[in-house]
Amino acid sequence: MPQVNASGQPYEDDAPEPAAAPAQQASTDALDDLLDEIDGSLQTNAEQFVRSFVQKGGE
Amino acid sequence: MQIAEVPPPLEVDPARRIFGLETEFGLHVHAPHSRPVTPEEVAGHLFHSVVQWGRSSNVFLPNASRLYIDVGAHPEYATAECDTITDLIAMDKAGERIVHDLVADGEKRLREAGVDGTIYLYKNNTDSAGNSYGCHENYLLRRRADFAGFGRQLLPFLVTRQIVTGAGTITRTPEGAHYSFSPRADHMWEGMSSATTRSRPMINTRDEPHASAELYRRMHVIVGDSTMAEPTTLLKVGATDLVLRLLEARVLMPDLALAKEMQAIRDVAHDLTGTATVELADGRTMTAVEVQQSFLDTVVVHLDGIIERTEEVERILDLWQRGIDAVRSQDFSSVDTELDWAIKLRLIQRYQDRLGCALDDPRLARLELAFHDISPERGLANRLQSQGLIARVVTDDQIARAKTSPPATTRAALRGRFVQEALAAGRDFTVDWVHLKLTGNEHRTVLLKDPFRSVDDRVDLLLADLG
Repeated sequence: MPQVNASGQPYEDDAPEPAAAPAQQASTDALDDLLDEIDGSLQTNAEQFVRSFVQKGGE
Repeated sequence: MQIAEVPPPLEVDPARRIFGLETEFGLHVHAPHSRPVTPEEVAGHLFHSVVQWGRSSNVFLPNASRLYIDVGAHPEYATAECDTITDLIAMDKAGERIVHDLVADGEKRLREAGVDGTIYLYKNNTDSAGNSYGCHENYLLRRRADFAGFGRQLLPFLVTRQIVTGAGTITRTPEGAHYSFSPRADHMWEGMSSATTRSRPMINTRDEPHASAELYRRMHVIVGDSTMAEPTTLLKVGATDLVLRLLEARVLMPDLALAKEMQAIRDVAHDLTGTATVELADGRTMTAVEVQQSFLDTVVVHLDGIIERTEEVERILDLWQRGIDAVRSQDFSSVDTELDWAIKLRLIQRYQDRLGCALDDPRLARLELAFHDISPERGLANRLQSQGLIARVVTDDQIARAKTSPPATTRAALRGRFVQEALAAGRDFTVDWVHLKLTGNEHRTVLLKDPFRSVDDRVDLLLADLG
């Protein structure tokens, strides 16, 4: 999936890459791979997306 | 006309219990470029196909579970009666798939109504405005006179259970954000009462056993979080069942009655270190870790006695202890593929490290919603599970079977068969938890008051009428 960085998007990831820990576990890699894959869709208008989820209470 | 007699209640092993889970899903349509649309309208489109075959948006399914739109336009799925936790987890997961299967048609109908959007369904407990909706647990109890005393003994367990079975959440406050054990904790206002929407109690005392009221009573627990990971659901229901078994056997439990349940549940939720203390009615103070350990120790004492040692019981006790240990030691890595709050915390921290942002960043809120998204392709819990990052209790085959077949060993087997055969015959029918009736054949309404009975001549006769 291409990394989307929508214009007008106020969040930019300019934090430095965290230093790679030695002896990464396989599950660590899988988690990072998954985050790589979804990063673009999570960053796109995150605030607007989250704010638009409003329902009434239930039970 | 043949008459079949009402069978007497089955003699049931005291360790056998009927379980049920009711899940309200969060319903979110994301359509930023379309006209505003209410949750009620979306729910109507989502349930269109259900109304088509069921003539109602409140139906019992061929797997004997119930599907409907609840207060607040929440799609709700109530599992059929299960007498094993494995069946319960399979039925619960099947419900996620069943509700998800409505999405494609719902989106199509929305488009036809001029709304081009995506429907998201979340198995979580709060929306972005802080409204809460629930996951209700049902445990069938043998009736005893002092239900209130029973509840009082269970409450300290339920208040502190979140340190192992909480779903975890980012809590935003004016002072900043922090991670909490349970999104549900801040929405609880009483220990026990018969209210639900007006004032949410932890135990709802509404006495609807959906079974012979002389023999049974329902323990309706509404304080729990909706849980994604199968092992978390196993522990949530399993540990509660084990404590209930001791209470039913009238074991003298440690007296841990809390002085202020509402304060305690909040204090525990917002302290990830597990060191916050709760005040007991007798003036002592204890940590949530100590309260949970005390309940677990009492259960272990009765292992091989009141509690039969099975593989499942051992798995529950092992996870329970490791969950408590993880909070005590603050090393969450031993449970971060099994317990929701730890799985989610690991995911959030990893993403936060990459972004270098604060915990209240909206991208992390977006990540949290993605975790609870029930879409098999898009939902993060499902994707983590297929990557082996969330442990399993049941198999995909068991879940697939549970979508269309009822549990075989309870009353649900009768209801499921009735719904399947009446639908296949094109006959109108009415069904609820205890009644089966074919329209036009009212004199043969079958009343099923024994939830443990999976075979009944009266149902065979009723189905014979379908020709």
